Amino acid sequence: MTSSTQPGSLLIQVEHLQKYFPIEKGLLKSVVGHVRAVDDVTLSVYRNETLGLVGESGSGKTTLGRCLLRAIEPTGGTVTFHPRNGAPIDVLALDKPGLKALRRQVQLVFQNPYSALDPRKTVLQIVSEPLILHNVVRGDALIARVKELLDLVGLEVKHMNRYPHAFSGGQRQRIGIARALALNPEFIVADEPVSALDVSIQAQILNLLQDLRRELNLSFLFIAHGLNVIKHVSNRVAVMYVGKVVEMADVNDLFVHPRHPYTEALLSAIPNPDPDLRMQRIILPGEVANPANPPSGCHFHPRCRYAVERCKQEVPTWEEKAPGHFVACHRTDEIELIGVPLVG
Amino acid sequence: MADEYLLNVRNLRTYFHLDEGTLKAVDGVDFAIPKRKTLGMIGESGCGKSVTAASIMRTILPPGQIVEGSLAFQRSSGEVVDLATLDPFGSTIRAIRGQEIAMIFQDPTASLSPVHTIGQQIMEMVLLHRTNNKKAAKEIVLDMLDRVGLPNPAQQFNAYPHQLSGGMCQRCMIAQALSCNPSLLIADEPTTALDVTVQAQIIELIRELQDELGMSVLYITHDLGVIAEVADMVAVMYLGRIVEYADTRTIFKAPRHPYTQRLLKAIPTLTQQAGGYLENIAGNVPVPLDPPAQCGFTSRCLIAEEGLCDRKVPPLEEIEPGHLVRCFLADGALTTPVQEAA
Repeated sequence: MTSSTQPGSLLIQVEHLQKYFPIEKGLLKSVVGHVRAVDDVTLSVYRNETLGLVGESGSGKTTLGRCLLRAIEPTGGTVTFHPRNGAPIDVLALDKPGLKALRRQVQLVFQNPYSALDPRKTVLQIVSEPLILHNVVRGDALIARVKELLDLVGLEVKHMNRYPHAFSGGQRQRIGIARALALNPEFIVADEPVSALDVSIQAQILNLLQDLRRELNLSFLFIAHGLNVIKHVSNRVAVMYVGKVVEMADVNDLFVHPRHPYTEALLSAIPNPDPDLRMQRIILPGEVANPANPPSGCHFHPRCRYAVERCKQEVPTWEEKAPGHFVACHRTDEIELIGVPLVG
Repeated sequence: MADEYLLNVRNLRTYFHLDEGTLKAVDGVDFAIPKRKTLGMIGESGCGKSVTAASIMRTILPPGQIVEGSLAFQRSSGEVVDLATLDPFGSTIRAIRGQEIAMIFQDPTASLSPVHTIGQQIMEMVLLHRTNNKKAAKEIVLDMLDRVGLPNPAQQFNAYPHQLSGGMCQRCMIAQALSCNPSLLIADEPTTALDVTVQAQIIELIRELQDELGMSVLYITHDLGVIAEVADMVAVMYLGRIVEYADTRTIFKAPRHPYTQRLLKAIPTLTQQAGGYLENIAGNVPVPLDPPAQCGFTSRCLIAEEGLCDRKVPPLEEIEPGHLVRCFLADGALTTPVQEAA
């Protein structure tokens, strides 16, 4: 995969998506506030591309990913899914049967391969479950399909009657991927699929996901907090901070020429496994803001070294500053930000 | 020569005697930590990093046992003691543990007591090792909390861990560990549970405090990027043994052990073009349960020679000054240098 791969047509369009979790207090459960987990997010995913979604814990990455397939019910905005054949689907307006049909095409891969698989089911049962639920195949054809899937993700077919505990973390993640692929989805939300794995195993899973994307024409929303992983797998990257996407651009563009101060700080904070390459480290003061009580104006202003009075008062607008490069920052045109140079 | 080193570990073997057999978690580890320097210890899960740390602290409990080896530690009085021969419940190790060798752990929220305030927990340590005077102890704790950058120490002194974020809890753990001015700090994955921007803060903090207090650090992690930032020397562990040991630059620029070479190629870096293919290491880390006498990496190694690598354990040899490698084939032309980043 190279980042120059031509993105296909529009697959998922998210506009002004919003998820507020109510904070309830007292016996009567009166709502005293809201956690703004996802706050007015607009983005789109194209066919055959991987959109990387990066952010620190609590920034709303997982909530955003799950809202796309309504594993969490959004409280506002629109999500439109454009299937391979057929008319665009308004995901948020779907009824139960409609939602079930949607989930044949949109699937999830989870972060923790140890808790995402039922320990009392065999691999065969786990991988065949979606096929049975959606009544796709039965009998011998079902077994054949499971074998095909296991083969696809690089697991030994002869192990299909074993239970998850018999597998290592990397192998379990492969089982989770096989399950997600069972229904031939078009779009997969991969929520931190490698962060629970060891470095040498991470590489195996990242390579597998790339192969699958190419072979099966898949599109991914790839959620991670490791920028090096994001850079490796993504065509485009969206950076989230306290419920909002603050910057979105083509992967090389974003890493070499970041336009949001948070992206710049995030890039500089990554420890680089090259003792000769010492980047000027920007240490952000303080911690990620609380989404239940975010700062006024631009949520990032208390930690931003470029912040001015205006940043405290006005919420910056989401603008396209260069073709395909979106950013929400008042001062993006005035400041010169440092990215990561490309080597080799 | 011996005086340069604070801790000298020789042929450490820590085994766990289980019903299934003997789990050789640490199987012949040698390293030395010079004064005021940071030794980075790197390896994947299950390679024996944490057991090595626990062996130094003498907190290995049955069925685990240090079966062989010496841990020569120079005490602040100048006396050298072999930690491995001490009674793990005796007064000597209890005077060393916490006071001269302190440790910080991976998960700060889980390592602090949820039912005691931050102040109580750190005070306990100070009262045990430094002073009997509660007022003086509180002064020390407040000063320490201030030094690790906890905002408003007087107020946080009475806070419980659940009221603080992960990064703040880690700062408190560091304050606790350093409150008795240890000469050796063992940091076992101290930033793994934290976000990158907070990780950057904590790494910076440990480095500053190290300069200020002049202690040595054993920094254990699986993150190669972190190691490149913090360590002076690096020991690469695989399956209970150190497979390569050198200064940080050499490890990253001219690694000689096939495992180190492959590990460096397996990680995506920020400076690469996006996309491309990672050279992964096939297979998994084996479980060291009654392991055969062979190079632990044989099963995953691309250049392993039959009849050699699977017959005996290669020795850790010095192939150039200060660069030790445990591989029969490290000298040969078979090992390829990792590409230099231009």
